Amino acid sequence: MIKLQNINKSYHMGSNSLHVLKGIDLTVEKGEMVSIMGSSGSGKSTLLNIIGLLDSHDAGEYLLDGKVIREMSETKAAMLRNKMLGFVFQSFNLISFKNAMENVALPLYYQGVSRRKRNIIAMEYLERVGLTAWSNHLPNELSGGQKQRLAIARALIGQPKIILADEPTGALDSATSSEVMDLFGEINQSGITIMIVTHENDIAHRTQRIIKLNDGLIHTDQKNGVPRPPEKPALN
Amino acid sequence: MFDLDKWQEIFATIEKNKLRTFLTGFSVAWGIFMLIILQGAGVGLQKGVESQFRSSATNTIWIWNGQTSIAYAGMKPGRDIQMTNEDHDYLAQSVNGIDNLSSRYELWRGNTVSHDNEFGSYNVRSVHPAYAIIEKLTLLEGRFVNEIDINEFRKSAVISTKVSEALFKTEEALDNYIKVNGVPFKVVGIFTDDDGRDENMQVVYLPISTAQRVFGGGRDVQTIAVTVGDATAEESKLIQDNLKQKLAARHHYDPTDERAMFFWNSVEEFQRFKNLFASISIFIWIVGIGTIIAGVVGVSNIMMIVVKDRTKEIGIRKALGATPASIISLILQEAILITGFAGYIGLVLGVGLLELISKQIDTPFFKQPEVNIQIAVGATILLVIAGALAGFIPARRAAAIKPIEALRDE
Repeated sequence: MIKLQNINKSYHMGSNSLHVLKGIDLTVEKGEMVSIMGSSGSGKSTLLNIIGLLDSHDAGEYLLDGKVIREMSETKAAMLRNKMLGFVFQSFNLISFKNAMENVALPLYYQGVSRRKRNIIAMEYLERVGLTAWSNHLPNELSGGQKQRLAIARALIGQPKIILADEPTGALDSATSSEVMDLFGEINQSGITIMIVTHENDIAHRTQRIIKLNDGLIHTDQKNGVPRPPEKPALN
Repeated sequence: MFDLDKWQEIFATIEKNKLRTFLTGFSVAWGIFMLIILQGAGVGLQKGVESQFRSSATNTIWIWNGQTSIAYAGMKPGRDIQMTNEDHDYLAQSVNGIDNLSSRYELWRGNTVSHDNEFGSYNVRSVHPAYAIIEKLTLLEGRFVNEIDINEFRKSAVISTKVSEALFKTEEALDNYIKVNGVPFKVVGIFTDDDGRDENMQVVYLPISTAQRVFGGGRDVQTIAVTVGDATAEESKLIQDNLKQKLAARHHYDPTDERAMFFWNSVEEFQRFKNLFASISIFIWIVGIGTIIAGVVGVSNIMMIVVKDRTKEIGIRKALGATPASIISLILQEAILITGFAGYIGLVLGVGLLELISKQIDTPFFKQPEVNIQIAVGATILLVIAGALAGFIPARRAAAIKPIEALRDE
């Protein structure tokens, strides 16, 4: 589903250059639930953003569902994001002036689904995350957990193949975090690939595979708690 | 463009951002409103002045008798100058550029004008036929004084509608008789003078030759008025100088003597007013253009802030699959909708206020303010385009940056 080879990424700020990713090789199969861990500045969020086409990579090869992602136009990237990917952010990133149902329905607007139809579908997804009663509420009237469930419903409505979550539980207490992780588990059961960036061990341990980044490189790649050496480019 | 769903999205956004919408709209509506009010006021001033000159022809030179103030050719100052019929005839033959000429012999003081038992005290002006053109009289019935009246000393009279109402009540005035200081005259015409000045309506016009003979005027005239066709201010000034030279020679006074005879040149006066109002109109244009520029800057500012404000929202939309084109068109259409609608509101309010004012205010120098609707619509379109452009540049930038940069914006 996702195949990365020698991915490099630098940020330039004035005359300073920051080499964030220094050659990432990673393959994620369809239906996997992967967590990416690492200390602050290790490049885990950057990696997720590149996978999510929210950012571009400088060098290396990225294959998303068999398609080469390279110097892609924003329009094309937008279409891929819309069809293939669903995002969950730490800060939720809900549109504050739209109510819960409208927020959930927004990806369908960009798929060209009519208003009536997408609102019906949005209600179905709200039901799935247990927010039917809150459909007319604005995001700031919801609790953190509710907001994140709303964001997950929004990520799911476009029927993506991959869900990318950047610190989805970072702003939540442990009980709510657990609920959110239960929800991710259910989603994964339905066959959707999930990648979660986190720095919390208990969150990471609820996924099937834990990738640890250190200083822009994959440090360890464990499956079900069993350590596994990072994949070699030669294997491909 | 006419994607209903997109419009619903835009209306939803507008509805949820009322203050922002109001501020953008207000600056546009205010700009258009001020432009219309200023333009309307300018037109009102201009019309007021034009109506001031409507009461008599705008191409007239008036000459009155005076008294010399400078010694000339051995004669002391303080000598009365009296024009006569001979001056009239001489000027008619010797001065080029005159198209109408009339002398006036006026009976001042209360003249008793009567019909049967109805009496009134009116001004009696005895004139030549051309006077009707010079004073811009409107004949409602019958005719004005004509050449035959002058040549045959006929006792004809032309009275105003007011005089007719006062003396004849419901009776037919035309072809009936009035007595002027006891002398019967036949009413041959009824006129109105639409400049609204009552003194020009409290008048009875008689043929000058008859009046001079009947009322003992001899050959004297008090005023001579000439029209100079479509002469420019400079040309009419030349004609005036020519008249003055000729009259000074005939009456033996110094042509530089300002008090021997009085001249009033309405062409010159009208030109002066026209220049004044041309300047006012230019000033109004400058203020109007300034207002529009202020509006353009205001709208541009607000649109830039709006886009800045929405950067994170744009990032979210992009993450959810919005293409750059859809982002740009969303912002542009919203901007066009708001500025267009607000411009229209300003247009309607401005025109409405002008309509209200033009009904209430009708002073001599301010009449019927109105606005050139093409200018107003053009200004509105200009503001809409400015708003769209001001939105387009930052919107395109926001749509082109990577979603993650837009999402980081707080």
